[in-house]
Amino acid sequence: MMKIDKDKLIIGAAGPVLALVSSFVLTVLVLLATGLDPIEPIRLMIDNAGYSDVQVLIVNYTGILYLAALGVAIGFRMNLFNIGVEGQYRLAAMVSALVGAAVDLPGPLHILVIVLVAIATGALWAGIAGILKTTRGVSEVVSTIMLNAITTSLVAWLILPKNFGVQPAGSNDLTTGQIPESGWFPGIDMGEGGQIYGFTFVALALGVVYWFVINRTRFGFDLRATGESESAAQASGVDAKKMIITAMLISGGLAGLAGMPILLGESHTYSLAFPVGVGFTAITVALLGRNHPVGILFAALLFAFLEKASSSLDIAGYPKEITQIMQGIIVIAVVVSYELVRRYGTRRQQQKVGEELAAGGAIKTDKEVSA
Amino acid sequence: MSPWHDNFTPPCPPAPTPSGQGECVINASSPPAVELHGITKRFPGVVANKDIAITVRKGTVHALIGENGAGKSTLMKILYGMQKPDEGTIAVDGEQVTFSSPGDAIARGIGMVHQHFMLADNLTVLENVVLGGEKLYGIGAKARKKIKEISDAYGLGVRPDALVEDLGVADRQRVEILKVLYRGAKILILDEPTAVLVPQEVDALFDNLRELKSEGLTVIFISHKLGEVLKVADDITVIRRGTTVGTADPKTATTKQLAELMVGSELPSPETRESTVTDVPMIQVQGLTLTEAGAAAAAPLTTAAPADPAAAVTVHEEPIAGRRLLDDISLTIHKGEILGIAGVEGNGQTELIEALMGMNSPDAGVISLDGEDISTVSVRKRREGGIGYIPEDRHRHGLLLEAPLWENRILGHVTEAPNSKRGILDPKAARKDTERIVREYDVRTPGIDVTAASLSGGNQQKLIVGREMSHNPKFLIAAHPTRGVDVGAQAQIWDAIRDARRAGLAVLLISADLDELIGLSDTLRVMYRGKLVAEADPATITPEQLGSAMTGAATGQLEGTEQSEDGDAR
Repeated sequence: MMKIDKDKLIIGAAGPVLALVSSFVLTVLVLLATGLDPIEPIRLMIDNAGYSDVQVLIVNYTGILYLAALGVAIGFRMNLFNIGVEGQYRLAAMVSALVGAAVDLPGPLHILVIVLVAIATGALWAGIAGILKTTRGVSEVVSTIMLNAITTSLVAWLILPKNFGVQPAGSNDLTTGQIPESGWFPGIDMGEGGQIYGFTFVALALGVVYWFVINRTRFGFDLRATGESESAAQASGVDAKKMIITAMLISGGLAGLAGMPILLGESHTYSLAFPVGVGFTAITVALLGRNHPVGILFAALLFAFLEKASSSLDIAGYPKEITQIMQGIIVIAVVVSYELVRRYGTRRQQQKVGEELAAGGAIKTDKEVSA
Repeated sequence: MSPWHDNFTPPCPPAPTPSGQGECVINASSPPAVELHGITKRFPGVVANKDIAITVRKGTVHALIGENGAGKSTLMKILYGMQKPDEGTIAVDGEQVTFSSPGDAIARGIGMVHQHFMLADNLTVLENVVLGGEKLYGIGAKARKKIKEISDAYGLGVRPDALVEDLGVADRQRVEILKVLYRGAKILILDEPTAVLVPQEVDALFDNLRELKSEGLTVIFISHKLGEVLKVADDITVIRRGTTVGTADPKTATTKQLAELMVGSELPSPETRESTVTDVPMIQVQGLTLTEAGAAAAAPLTTAAPADPAAAVTVHEEPIAGRRLLDDISLTIHKGEILGIAGVEGNGQTELIEALMGMNSPDAGVISLDGEDISTVSVRKRREGGIGYIPEDRHRHGLLLEAPLWENRILGHVTEAPNSKRGILDPKAARKDTERIVREYDVRTPGIDVTAASLSGGNQQKLIVGREMSHNPKFLIAAHPTRGVDVGAQAQIWDAIRDARRAGLAVLLISADLDELIGLSDTLRVMYRGKLVAEADPATITPEQLGSAMTGAATGQLEGTEQSEDGDAR
């Protein structure tokens, strides 16, 4: 029995390892093809990661990616592809920043209001896609992509000074106004390195909650069953429509939280300088992490490293875009290698079961005992 | 004479030989059409083929019989090049061959008619036949001429321009046969061809087979229905547990002898002995009606694929909009009663099951369980309320194939003990109970952490039956409960259903196996085009009478006259 479990672990790790190794090799090939030294930029990035300020940046960005990727992953677990995490995250960050700046409440309550508004905004925005899917049969892939486009325009319009925007004196940036100090989430001071956002730890805690909900609750079982076989889940009593809406709401809610580490920990306002592409990177992170909370954590760390450690490559004369190529290759490699490993694993288990049965390794059944 | 067997042994003279079996003396001197020797195949999870030896004479119908799971299909897949044997040799027309794909087998003149038809519904017969064989006779007039020729030569009566979706099951089968003949097959493998046919259609098929034989073709006929085999075969080979255990002469053998060869012991019987029917109604259905949704209504819940624009043009639309899939169905099943529904597949059985489970919403009708109206209750509430469900397609509706057995034990009963408490799963209790089911229902598995996909079909089915019985259902829907299940498991599943019936369970049994239906049921109804058209007493009805009612030829109360003499011994 232990043997199969060990196999499971090896097979589980084989996918990501295969994906990362092949994408690394391909990236090196791309660098060689463009006539650049393939090893030097990677060495530079590893050097960069040795500085404490870069480390703090990486940790902080990991938390952001982690939240967004949990949002993507919960959709993936039931075969829903929420590409709209990017839009949900940005809209939620903006709306919660507006509300946060507008109200004045005592400390923890203020933070709670901002967080709840963010969850609600993200959930509602994703919920539109859920309702379209259940009532009109619109694919969530299409509707969430379109909602992303709408978000871009909506945010740009809302942040105009004549609407809700505020232009700080002497700056070209537009913001939503400063959140009072009662709405700031305390971080951990790392001295010269800067501050680790306090909300990063909330993100990690949510990873534990995610695991519990998916693996230990009736709801999680229904969700996974729907993802594995929609027809079997329906026959088992899962209300597919309700499930789609619920999953979209949770996915959007988590996506809405992705903006919180920065908003509560550093910027205290939504501005044009907010990171873009978080929701898209999160899709890769969730894929690479196999929708498992621990896997996602490592994947988020890797992508945060690629993002933050590469910023000084330009100065050394290497294009920073190397990391984007690498990320893109990882996406393809992940999809291919996971499918390969999955097929291999299924075949291998069938063989093993056949062998063990042939060798008389079956559980003793009543029939045999009485025979 | 058709050109594709020009190089073939001359066909038999039309006059029958004294034996009455239409044998050809010529065959004795020519090499056998197929000779399998020492075939061994190790295959995970299912019965392997072990040292199989079969000799098939030219111009004969050779029956290969054995239980479900005895290894017939694996053997035929080897002969058709779909699988490679680990050991052994195959000789065709006296020449040793190795096949690495069906293409190789087709090139040697071997064709296969699968149990499940491989036809595109929205294409015509002609298009289906030429599909993939465009190089043979083109796709136009020449191909049509060829099809007519083959159809006339063997009396298949195939119309090249009919749409396949308009054809009945028997016609589709003839198209499949024509398809392999068109590709030049001289040796035809028919995998359980009678499984989908009613008795009258079986007779027509046998006429076709005799026609093929008289033209010098060889037919390998796989079946487990002994009465049929004796009617049509020239030679019989019996397979048991993956190996050939003997041959029989159909002129002298009896179904009983064959059955004993096949099973190796006394046959299990689906018969229920004493009646346990009470007069307490458990499930009552009144005026259940379901109209087919319009063609435009796509399933909204699957990831919406845009409608294929090409399909919109070629789709042959049903002229009668809103066909009634269920037409005013009323039935009552009492405590301790098994109600069997006979019918050719696709006459509303699936829809009836889904309506009872709550998976579709009927236009009219009332369903009540144990006196309570459940017409608008959700699937989950119905399951909690005591409906057990053995689905007709266990892979689609009964299992999570990639999940471990213990999670499959939870499926469908996630809200019930021992699987969960107050919304939280209890994996420990569920695992323990899975082990109990594995023990009590003889599920052959090395453990409960293996995926459902790695078990054989029979063991998957036993797990499902065990799971559904573990929640003490009041009413059990059993759709094809022993389909694709080996004989040992079959007997166990019948036992489980009978035991539960004795304890007061009401059962709706839907099966394509008429012997199972007649043997197990207390009451029989026949379903035809969404209606319950006839009623029969299983004590007196014969499979033939039931068969004619299934084609819509007989309605009302069917009167049995005598017991069938050569009913399929199963």
